[in-house]
Amino acid sequence: MKTLTPDARAALERAGFLRRDFLKGAGALIVGFSTGAIRTAHAQFGGPSPGSPPINQLDSWIAIAADGRVTAYSGKEELGQGISTAQAQLVAEELSVPFNRVNLIYCDTALTPDQAYTAGSQSHPANFNRNNLAQAGATAREALFRLASERLSVPVDQLTASDGVIRLKSDPSKALGYGQLVAGRRFNLQVDPNAKRKPTSEWTVLGKPVPRPDIPALVTGEFEFVHNVRVPGMLHGRVVRPPAVGATVMSVDEGSVKNLAGVVKVVVKKNFVGVVAEKPWQAIQAASQLKVTWSAGAGLPSHATFYAHMRTQPARDALAVDSKDVEQRLAAAATVLKATYLHPYQMHGSMGSSCAVADVEGEKATVWSPTQGVWYQKSTVAMLLGLKPENVHVIFRRGSGCYGLNGADTVTYDAAILSQAVGKPVRVQLSRKDEMAWENYGNAYVIDERAGLDAQGNIIAWDHESWSPTRGNRPGPGTPGNVVTGFLAGFSPQPFTPRSPASSPTAYNNNANAVPSYVAGNVGGRDQGTGTVKSERVLTHTIESPFWTGPLRSPNRLQNTFAHECFLDELAAHTKADPVEYRLRHLRDPRLIAVVNEVAKAANWEVRPSPKPATRKTGVVTGRGMASVLYEGDNGYSALVAEVEVNQDTGSVVVKRFVVCNDVGPVSNPDGLRNQIEGGALQGLSRALMEEVTWDDQKVTSFDWRTYHTLPLGFDVPKVEAVLLNRPDQEATGAGETSITVVAAALGNAIFDATGARIRQIPFTPERVKAALAARG
Amino acid sequence: MSAITLKVNGQSHTLDLDPATPLLYALSDDLELRGPKFGCGLGQCGACTVIVKGQAIRSCITPVRAVAGSEITTLEGIGTADKPHPIQRAFIEEQAAQCGFCVSGVIMTAKAFLDKHPRATEEEIRQALAGVLCRCFTGVRMLRAIHRAGQEMAR
Repeated sequence: MKTLTPDARAALERAGFLRRDFLKGAGALIVGFSTGAIRTAHAQFGGPSPGSPPINQLDSWIAIAADGRVTAYSGKEELGQGISTAQAQLVAEELSVPFNRVNLIYCDTALTPDQAYTAGSQSHPANFNRNNLAQAGATAREALFRLASERLSVPVDQLTASDGVIRLKSDPSKALGYGQLVAGRRFNLQVDPNAKRKPTSEWTVLGKPVPRPDIPALVTGEFEFVHNVRVPGMLHGRVVRPPAVGATVMSVDEGSVKNLAGVVKVVVKKNFVGVVAEKPWQAIQAASQLKVTWSAGAGLPSHATFYAHMRTQPARDALAVDSKDVEQRLAAAATVLKATYLHPYQMHGSMGSSCAVADVEGEKATVWSPTQGVWYQKSTVAMLLGLKPENVHVIFRRGSGCYGLNGADTVTYDAAILSQAVGKPVRVQLSRKDEMAWENYGNAYVIDERAGLDAQGNIIAWDHESWSPTRGNRPGPGTPGNVVTGFLAGFSPQPFTPRSPASSPTAYNNNANAVPSYVAGNVGGRDQGTGTVKSERVLTHTIESPFWTGPLRSPNRLQNTFAHECFLDELAAHTKADPVEYRLRHLRDPRLIAVVNEVAKAANWEVRPSPKPATRKTGVVTGRGMASVLYEGDNGYSALVAEVEVNQDTGSVVVKRFVVCNDVGPVSNPDGLRNQIEGGALQGLSRALMEEVTWDDQKVTSFDWRTYHTLPLGFDVPKVEAVLLNRPDQEATGAGETSITVVAAALGNAIFDATGARIRQIPFTPERVKAALAARG
Repeated sequence: MSAITLKVNGQSHTLDLDPATPLLYALSDDLELRGPKFGCGLGQCGACTVIVKGQAIRSCITPVRAVAGSEITTLEGIGTADKPHPIQRAFIEEQAAQCGFCVSGVIMTAKAFLDKHPRATEEEIRQALAGVLCRCFTGVRMLRAIHRAGQEMAR
């Protein structure tokens, strides 16, 4: 395995063996049979990729070495969110071994099963319930017990396991270590969907605040990011992106850089242009001096009028719910309220620009990539390079935090194309501008909300209509054109086809949180939402985007929740009801009700309508706001209270305190969860107050930290208090995207509470706050 | 190209470099150090911060010729996982990282500041870090860790 980096090889050696050698030479261990199938995570693409270790085989997930060390294989990777620690805790728990005896290997197409993307808060649902890694752990444990039962000639129920040793309960001196039991062989078993998971009441590792093992290396400079991958003979590449959106290559003057030191090659592939040099600084200089003649750009719609433009575009329409009586009920309502909410394109803006290393040698390629989908990199790199997918090996290496689809996939294609052109390993790290001007942005949104109230102020009908642009996405198995490099090299993004009008919904799906929490969510005659309002319609219009788009932490859900939760607050204010009481009046999901109640209690919520009575119209005023969500309609509950200070003279907003209550089922690691809640809350604050992609008539103009604004580390950091509502009896849900989803709405509601001014456009810049203050009359 | 001598973490290295090369490339490419990171290349984010003559500087915009012969300290030079610097230890104890990409710049900026202002208040620490970014927004924990380390260093 020449393709392993020294760090990866060391990790495998620490585990006691190199898996391939181990599997080749080892016999099989037959300890029983099982039937049935486990649920996989590939609904989108119809099953795991060719070449994946079989999902239903225990050996694809867990191996036990002769010394008793456990190696677990996962398709869900560490991006800085702490999931590798939680997964190792899970395996240690199910197998009753110490945490530090588990070595977790993730996202390497030569070693680990295909579990689609590490994205969408799906790692917990995929691996921690009765599925995949968790069920593999339970299956292995039962197999070890059966084996010990045979060896000791006693029934399984007389045995107990701890520290990787199975003992006779009545005579602990009769003991067998896992290493002795398995003796380096494979299990050769199917993952048993009926194997019993360890009850949460018996957990000693899972559910505990186990420290992350990667942090000591991170804080001492020993950690290997993808940026630190070095392979022998490696060269350095740099890309030259078009100067305008839609510009194409007319000519490239290779002579313009031929005298520069270290330049190895200028590479042109349709509209992809790059240079390869011996050293990074040489590549940077060559890229900046290379003379490329480009056509004019395609022209961009005006930034100033973009939201109005969105409403006029051909759209793909969809109905999430439609009780077909919304117009009649609104006509009959005592009061009808309307409001429009606007959300800009925002970017991932990773701290480090994206980086990858590729080694293309003839018909074979190895890439070290920070991608969230190694198996789709495998197939799409093969398409780009004209290789067979089985000859492409993709190894995940952690990049800078991505928060979704940053430049990780596109830079991997850059490295692959350049390496193929020179026949040597090439490392590419994007410039700050190439990262920010061409990434797949989080979606802009225009959202119209309308509601009808009865004479008592209760909601009797809710109508939601939204417009949102799309272009490209994460690369799937056959869509390298979903990100900019694939497109420049000649591939199309996934097709966009307008379709109107929308057909009636056939199944309830609130994955995008387009359906507000307060309606019934009735599809097929069944109420499946979290609220009580029977008259409901949710209509979405997807239009074609001039820019690349893709998932950005809480994609669509954050934007929709901003509108829903602010509008609910507007309705409560109109009715002169307390916002918490008014929420509860229209909710029926007990867990959503519980997080709302718990966060109100923890925040010492003062029961009264908004805005705060007798507020001054000048100077600094304070207020509080709340928002809540059932993320993706079924994947984690969050409620948040924001306490703010608004300076009415300058328009500046300072958050003093966030209180967040989360219910994510059984908590795997309370400290890891708190870290995610805190980071989500503050990232949500930066997005709500400052972040917006900007452009002129040709190109993106927010391409560095002077032109794309973000809160720095040293801002006036609010207190963040997290209340964890542990639910050991429930399924595990996602946790990484819940708190960020509710921040903007809670903030908008708090600004209203403090000032009486409603602000409906993100970001809440001082200018916009002042405009809202001026408009309140 | 010319021979440039860099003194990094107590060791001298003579490298054949274009004197205009930013220090960051010499550190991360020629010397293969993993601490300083390329974040923006523009001196805007702080990920590349190293300490030269007691000052936190941004190595992505500092040409090697400007620091030749000076003592340069990177994250690796202040402690190891077995023997961490008090700030590193506080980051481990507070679990003050998510992706960890910014951590080198955060710790080196904090160290240069605390070395000069051992009794800094939380507010002063916050202001000292006003020019550093963390896009995972681990600020709550990082500021707590730095304050905790500062108290220990002042003892």
